[in-house]
Amino acid sequence: MTADVIIVGAGVTGAAIARELSRYKLSVLVLEKEAEPAFGVSKSNSGIIHAGTQNPPNSLKGWLAVEGNRLIREELAADLGLDFARCGQLIVVFDPADLPELEKIKKDGEALGVRGLEIVDRAWLDANEPNLGPEVKAALLAPSAGIISPYRFVYALVENAVKNGAVLKTSRKVTAIRRPAAGGFEVVAGGEVFRARFLVNAAGLYADEISALAGAPAFKITPRKGEEYLLDKKRGHISNRILFPLPSGTSKGILIIKTSDGNPMIGPTARDTADKEDLSTSDEGLAEVLAGARRMIPSLSKSDIIAYFSGLRPVSGKDFIIRHEDGAPGLVNAAGIQSPGLTSAPAIAVMVADILKKHGLGLEPRENFHRLRPRPVHLFQVPPEETRRLIAKNPAYGDIVCRCELVSAQEIRDALKRGARTLDGVKFRTRAQAGRCHGGFCTTRILKIMREELGFPVTALTKRGPGSELIKDERKWPSEELDRSS
Amino acid sequence: MKERELVIVGGGPAGMAAALAARASGVGDVLLLERDQHLGGILNQCIHPGFGLHHFKAELTGPEYAGRFADLVGRDRGIEVSLRSFAVGLNREKELSYLRPGALEEVKARSVILATGCRERTREMIPIPGSRPAGVYPAGLAQKMVNLEGWLPGREAVIVGSGDIGLIMARRLALEGVKVKAVIELQKVSRGLVRNVVQCLEDFGIPLYLRHRVSLIHGRDRVEKVDVVKVDEEFRDVPGSGFSIPCDTVLVSVGLIPENELLEMAGAEIDREKNTPVAPSVNLTSIPGVFACGNACKVYDLVDWVTRDSELAGRLAAEYLGLGKPPPARDASE
Repeated sequence: MTADVIIVGAGVTGAAIARELSRYKLSVLVLEKEAEPAFGVSKSNSGIIHAGTQNPPNSLKGWLAVEGNRLIREELAADLGLDFARCGQLIVVFDPADLPELEKIKKDGEALGVRGLEIVDRAWLDANEPNLGPEVKAALLAPSAGIISPYRFVYALVENAVKNGAVLKTSRKVTAIRRPAAGGFEVVAGGEVFRARFLVNAAGLYADEISALAGAPAFKITPRKGEEYLLDKKRGHISNRILFPLPSGTSKGILIIKTSDGNPMIGPTARDTADKEDLSTSDEGLAEVLAGARRMIPSLSKSDIIAYFSGLRPVSGKDFIIRHEDGAPGLVNAAGIQSPGLTSAPAIAVMVADILKKHGLGLEPRENFHRLRPRPVHLFQVPPEETRRLIAKNPAYGDIVCRCELVSAQEIRDALKRGARTLDGVKFRTRAQAGRCHGGFCTTRILKIMREELGFPVTALTKRGPGSELIKDERKWPSEELDRSS
Repeated sequence: MKERELVIVGGGPAGMAAALAARASGVGDVLLLERDQHLGGILNQCIHPGFGLHHFKAELTGPEYAGRFADLVGRDRGIEVSLRSFAVGLNREKELSYLRPGALEEVKARSVILATGCRERTREMIPIPGSRPAGVYPAGLAQKMVNLEGWLPGREAVIVGSGDIGLIMARRLALEGVKVKAVIELQKVSRGLVRNVVQCLEDFGIPLYLRHRVSLIHGRDRVEKVDVVKVDEEFRDVPGSGFSIPCDTVLVSVGLIPENELLEMAGAEIDREKNTPVAPSVNLTSIPGVFACGNACKVYDLVDWVTRDSELAGRLAAEYLGLGKPPPARDASE
């Protein structure tokens, strides 16, 4: 069986492309090497939906970010039931001598189509961001920026794509790509061979390797590590908008981010690394992040930190690589998708669909395209009346498993029904274990629910796929044997 | 909204002792909320003996100690026990809401006792840098897995922190055939009871590295090894002292944090460092009629002291309600 399109990678880029292509009468197959979507680059994303400033004019980033921002704000947030909060962003300066640079960012942003940009002074900041330290002199306000849960964005895109006929196969690492004489592609993944007329490469950190396997001219992905530190939810009030310092050459700087789940987050660092699998954090990273964040909000302290993680940005040069590879006809690369990749994803998807169309893929709209995806239930986001209504519908919504984040047993079962297969998959979909006790109290209960719903023994349950098994052995109590015999 | 005389949040040893003491002092109606499926709190997973040496003059296991209170609570018709009930809101007017399967309940309490215990400090809070593989567990979680579920988290373990939970789990894992390679302690003495160092480590030949810290955890999907380094009196790493221990499991036992988020939600004053209520004396909070007891007030090393502390809180609540005799004045330094 030959698909119309195979997409390699179910991160935000691949998921957005899958959802976009699922509008049309096409057979779309997504191959993801990890156990679940979003387990690569996307899960470590900070979740910022950028206003679209700070991108070079005449770059793909420049217009794709603005268009992606618009698509999320005006369509996808509502259609896909995303928890998008349009909180706005501020780029602050500590030195009045930097005001011209701020002005330039404003002008360049306006040229790219960013609206509502405004330079605000100390008086405005005192009224609207009272926790900012006295070193901050002024800022550029971008009201169209917002915050989203990056992995829940990916799940929403994937679920809707699948609902509209796309097929997702996980734990399928692409190891070879062949070009049959008759045309198209033969993709070997997880020991199986898949065929397609067109191939879209959205393989994140490994996009260079996939492109090479497909016979396209080489480019290189250099991982750039960013460490992020999550603060206790109790400190959620420290800022109202996403706070940026002036950008440097390689990064947007240490930010103070209002995550969509309520915990402030500080970071990221930006350090090139050679290892595509190195997700370790460091004492130096912590020091750098804390110093940068405290320059903007001095009252932050190390004791506010409850968690940390790092991510690797798939960097290839200064811009996205989104093009048909004439040297490997039928291959479209969507690579080097670093910041503002999450924001740009919906626009990248439209661009890729367009490129495919130009190269012979017929795009005939599907009659029953399910545009809408209902927002999943998250008790921590709903008011008491809604909670009562949910519990009346299903009592298990009142059975609290994760107390730090208020996640009920039913939400965990819902997540498993929607595709979670691993403990991390449950965590990213529901927030269970992401709170201050880090699963100290809820993990056994979650594993029991997983065992029940998935039908696996507890020793087969993993944190994030094969190799990360959580329990090495299970002992049976003698009483179980007695019970069975009576 | 239904009115209750006394609502107690937490059905562990603290909540149960407070309930019984309040009743003994004349409180007629006590609602005891417990989020788990049984009373007993953390004692339910502490199957080792050593509880009750003072209070009962006997050497009981955790469940036995808790069981004695649960029996008394069960037989007291003035105490309504609501299991699988999780308190989600409290305000200064002592209006409390809680979730249980099938309902979101709201009550107006005339008095409240918070017996919400502690949570464990996690690896992320120390922090221990490195990768984030499967196999890193808070020691209390590992205890729950082994003792209540019969699950072995790993086969070769290193334990970070020599507090009592870490020491108890070193022995527990060793008894289950896990190779416990080391307990790593930052301070120059173990933080746990001396009898635990002897009975859990020395008796099992488990090495204790004092003045050491785990500097890095290795392993992509599952723990593979930890790097350990010696520290000096100022807790600086001693150059050249680093070594590695191959293992597949890391248990983290680095302290307990009192749980007072509900109290904080109600607007009471909380000590930001210790996460405990700020008040003129123990068991009080800055909200009149709202009391705290047990580990939520202060991290006790013996449950016998939790019981004593909680009985006083029960009597204080009764006094607040205009019943019973006030307990003897108590020194905050106890």
